[in-house]
Amino acid sequence: MIIHTPTTEAQACAVVKSVVENAVPLTLRGGGTRAGLGRPPQVASTLSSAGLTGITLYEPAEMVIAARAGTPLETVQETLAERGQMLPFEPMDHRPLFGSDGTPTIGAVAACNVSGPRRINAGAARDSLIGVRLVNGRGEMVKSGGRVMKNVTGLDLVKLVCGSYGTLGFLTEVTFRVLPKPAETATLQWRGLSDAQGVALLSKALGSPFEPMAAAHLPAGLGGEEALTLLRLENFPDSLRYRSGELALLLGEYGVPDNLEGEPMAALWRHIRDAAFFAGTQEAVWRLSVKPTDSPRAASAIAQMLPGARWFYDWGGGLVWLAAPAGSDAGSAAIRAALKPLGGHATLVRAPDAIRAAVAVFQPLSEPLIRVTVGIKKSFDPAGIFEPGRMYAGI
Amino acid sequence: MSAIAFPAPDAGILARRDAIIAGLARLVPPQALITSDDERRPYETDALTAYRRMPLAVVLPETTREVAAVLRYCLEQGVPVIPRGSGTSLAGGAIPQEDAVVIGVSKMNRILEIDYANRVARVEAGVTNLAVTGAVSAEGFFYAPDPSSQLACSIGGNIGMNSGGAHCLKYGVTTNNVLGVTMVMLDGEVVEIGGAHLDAPGYDLLGLINGSEGQLGIVTEATVRILRAAEGARPVLFGFPTSEQAGAAVAAIIGAGIIPVAMEFMDKPAIEICEAFAKAGYPMDVEALLIIEVEGSDAEMDAQLARIVAIAREHGVTTVKESKSAMEAAAIWKGRKSAFGATGRIADYICMDGTIPTGQLPYVLKRMDEIVKGYGLRVANVFHAGDGNLHPLILYNCNDPVEAQKAEDAGMDILKLCVEVGGCLTGEHGVGIEKRDLMTVQFNEADLAQQMRVRAVFDARWLLNPAKVFPLEGRIAA
Repeated sequence: MIIHTPTTEAQACAVVKSVVENAVPLTLRGGGTRAGLGRPPQVASTLSSAGLTGITLYEPAEMVIAARAGTPLETVQETLAERGQMLPFEPMDHRPLFGSDGTPTIGAVAACNVSGPRRINAGAARDSLIGVRLVNGRGEMVKSGGRVMKNVTGLDLVKLVCGSYGTLGFLTEVTFRVLPKPAETATLQWRGLSDAQGVALLSKALGSPFEPMAAAHLPAGLGGEEALTLLRLENFPDSLRYRSGELALLLGEYGVPDNLEGEPMAALWRHIRDAAFFAGTQEAVWRLSVKPTDSPRAASAIAQMLPGARWFYDWGGGLVWLAAPAGSDAGSAAIRAALKPLGGHATLVRAPDAIRAAVAVFQPLSEPLIRVTVGIKKSFDPAGIFEPGRMYAGI
Repeated sequence: MSAIAFPAPDAGILARRDAIIAGLARLVPPQALITSDDERRPYETDALTAYRRMPLAVVLPETTREVAAVLRYCLEQGVPVIPRGSGTSLAGGAIPQEDAVVIGVSKMNRILEIDYANRVARVEAGVTNLAVTGAVSAEGFFYAPDPSSQLACSIGGNIGMNSGGAHCLKYGVTTNNVLGVTMVMLDGEVVEIGGAHLDAPGYDLLGLINGSEGQLGIVTEATVRILRAAEGARPVLFGFPTSEQAGAAVAAIIGAGIIPVAMEFMDKPAIEICEAFAKAGYPMDVEALLIIEVEGSDAEMDAQLARIVAIAREHGVTTVKESKSAMEAAAIWKGRKSAFGATGRIADYICMDGTIPTGQLPYVLKRMDEIVKGYGLRVANVFHAGDGNLHPLILYNCNDPVEAQKAEDAGMDILKLCVEVGGCLTGEHGVGIEKRDLMTVQFNEADLAQQMRVRAVFDARWLLNPAKVFPLEGRIAA
C-alpha cells in the first residue's frame, strides 16, 4: 500500500505523471470519512490531500472562501463562523452512517457534492462551488471557474468535477460562495401525519412565500413514537415569528404545530442531515432522488417488496433515505423496479463491499449517456488512473 | 469593424448549397425551411449587430424529432450548425457563418406542463424567459433568472449562455434553476438528462450543458424550477456622492448578514440616460445610485429597509427614495432594465460583461474611466453590485470605423482588467465570438485544452457553433 502525500501542486502533478508511466491506478483520499461512497476501490495506491491544507482566500464582504483540498471542513466552517458566515448547503457528515473516523475535508465535500437539508432551498454543494484547481490524468494543473460567483467564461468544468468522486482528477484547491448565518432558527413540528399527509404539508409550505429552509418528514419510529413533520425557518427574529405564525395558519388542516428550538432542534436536524437514524446497523442504505409528490408512493412500493425497510424524507419529499436488510443485492432489484415507472434515481450509499462491487451503486445510465460518461472520463484521465470503477464498473 | 475573425467558409459546402437545401427539405415541412435572401437576413446577426454573416439556410423545426433529423443530416454532410434561440446574444453567440445551417428553436414555444406541488415547469426551448413567469404568475409563482432581455430571450438561449439577471444574488442563475433537459446530440440521438427531481445521477451533465453556448448539442425542452414569489417586493433608490461610498455600503450590507434580492448600481452617466428614458424619478444630484430590492410582508420589508438605511447612512447616502406604489416600483425597474435600450437611443454602444471581486470596485471604476477616456470615448456603468458583475456601456458612433475600433479595443482592455484583479471575462452574457480571442487571458493552455477535450466528446468535428468560445488557433478535436 503506497500513500502519496504531496505538499504542493507541483508534487501532485509529478506523482500523477509517474503513476501514469507505471500504470498504477490510484484511489484519492481526503480525510477518509466518506471512503465508503461509490463502488469499492480496486487499487493499492492512494493519493492523499492531507499535505495540502490551509485557507487561501477569505473575503467576507465578497462572500467567498477558498481552501486547499485537504483543509478540514471544520476549519473552513470555524473560519466562516468567526465572521458570522457559513457554507450555504449544510454538508452532511458521513461518519455516523459509515462508522468511519477521521476528519472530513473540504475537497471531498466538493468531489462528492455533499449537501444536506438546506439543499432544497439554498442549492447543493455544486451550486456554491465556484472554482476548482485539479490535477488531471495527464499530470497537468487545470483550473476552472474562479473566485467570483457570476462567471460563464468557457465550459463549466467545476460542475463536472463536483460529484465525480475523484474519477476525473485530484482536487488541490476549491472555492465556495458563502452566505451569512441566519440571525435565528426555529422549527415547526407536526405530529402523527401519514407519509402522504406529511409530504403534502411540506409541498404546500415550500409553495408558500414563507421560505422554509429545510423540510423533512420522519415516519413513526425514527424521531420518536409518532411521525414528525418538520419545517425549519431561518431569518431575523421578527420575520421568524411572523412566518411561523403564517405557516401555522396556512397549514391549519394538519393540526397545531409545536415549536422546536435550541439544541434538541439542532440535534434532530443533524440526525436528518447525516441519516444517523441508520447509524450502527447492518442495513443497506439508499438515497432516492424523486419528484417530491411521488416519494410516498415510491417508499410504499419498495416496502411491499422489501419487508423491514425503514425510511424518511428530506428536501420536501424529494430525497428519501431508505434502509433495508442488506440481503444479497441490498434491495437493488426492488428499488430500481419501484422507481422505474416514477422516474428519479437511487444511489446505494452503504452496503458491504461485495454487494457494492456486484450491483450498480449509481443509477444505470442510458446507452448514449454511458458513451458521454466514458468520453468525459477519458478526456480528463486517458490512462484511467483515478478511481477506476468507483462510479461505474469498467469506467 | 472586422477585428474578430471568422473561419473561412468551406467552399465545398457553399458549392453544394442547392443539394444541402434539397436534403433539408426532405426532413422538415416547407414552412420550417428558410432559404431566400430576404428571409434569411434577420438571422445573419444577433444583438452583437456589428458582425453579420448570411447563413447557408435557416431551419425552424417544430419538434425534437425534426431537430434530430436535421442535426444527423448536417453531421453526415459535414455542415456546421448554429443553434439559435431568440437571437438576443450580446456576445455574438448566435451569429452564423456562410457555410452553416441555423437551427432556430423559436417555433418550439409551448409550455408543456406546470406542476405547482413539485414547483417545476416543463417547457420547450423556444419559450421566452418572461413567458415562463407569465404562465405561473397567477398562482403567485415565478421563474427566477431575469436577464434584461427577458421579454424576448428564450429558455434555450438562457441555458446556452447560463443567463443571470438582477435577482440572481438571491435566486441564482440559470444553472441553479434548471433541473432537466431534453437534448439532441450532434448524431441525432435524443438524451434526457435530469427531470423533476434534484441532482441527476452520474457526472453533472446539466451543469456542463448550462453555459456551453450551443457547442454540445441542441436543447429542445427543459424542466425548470418555479418559485413562489414573496408576499411583496419593494425597490428602493439610494443615492451616494461617490461610487466608493456606494461600493462600501454594498459590502457593509452583506457584512451585516443581509442579502437583498437585488442590488443594482448605476453611475451618473447611466442615471442620466435611464432617467431621460424611463422617468423613474432617479435622483440627478448624485454620482452613484443603488437600487436595492427587499421582499416579504410589509412589516418585514420595513424592518429590513430600516437596517439597510441605517447602514447606508453610515456610508454617506444623500438620497433614499422608496417606491410608494406598484407603479413606482415598476418604473424604477423599467429604468434599470431598459438601460441598454435607453443608451441605444443616444449613441451606439458596446456592452461589456466582466465580473470582478467586489472589493476591487473603486479601483476598477477608476481604471475603466481612465481606459475609456484614453480612447477619447465615454462610458456609462450599470452593474449587479452584489456579485460584481459589471456592465460598462462604451458609447461610440458606429458610422465612424475608427471610433468603432476604439470602442472595441477599450472593451477588451476593460475585460483584461477584470481578469487582472481576479475576476472573469463574462459573468452572464457568454463568450460567443466577442470574447473568444481573450480566452487565453483568463485560461492557460492546459485549462483550455481540458475544456476542448470535453467539448470534443460531443462534437469531435467542430460542427456545433464552431466559431465561438475557443480561439480559432490550436483547437483540439479529441
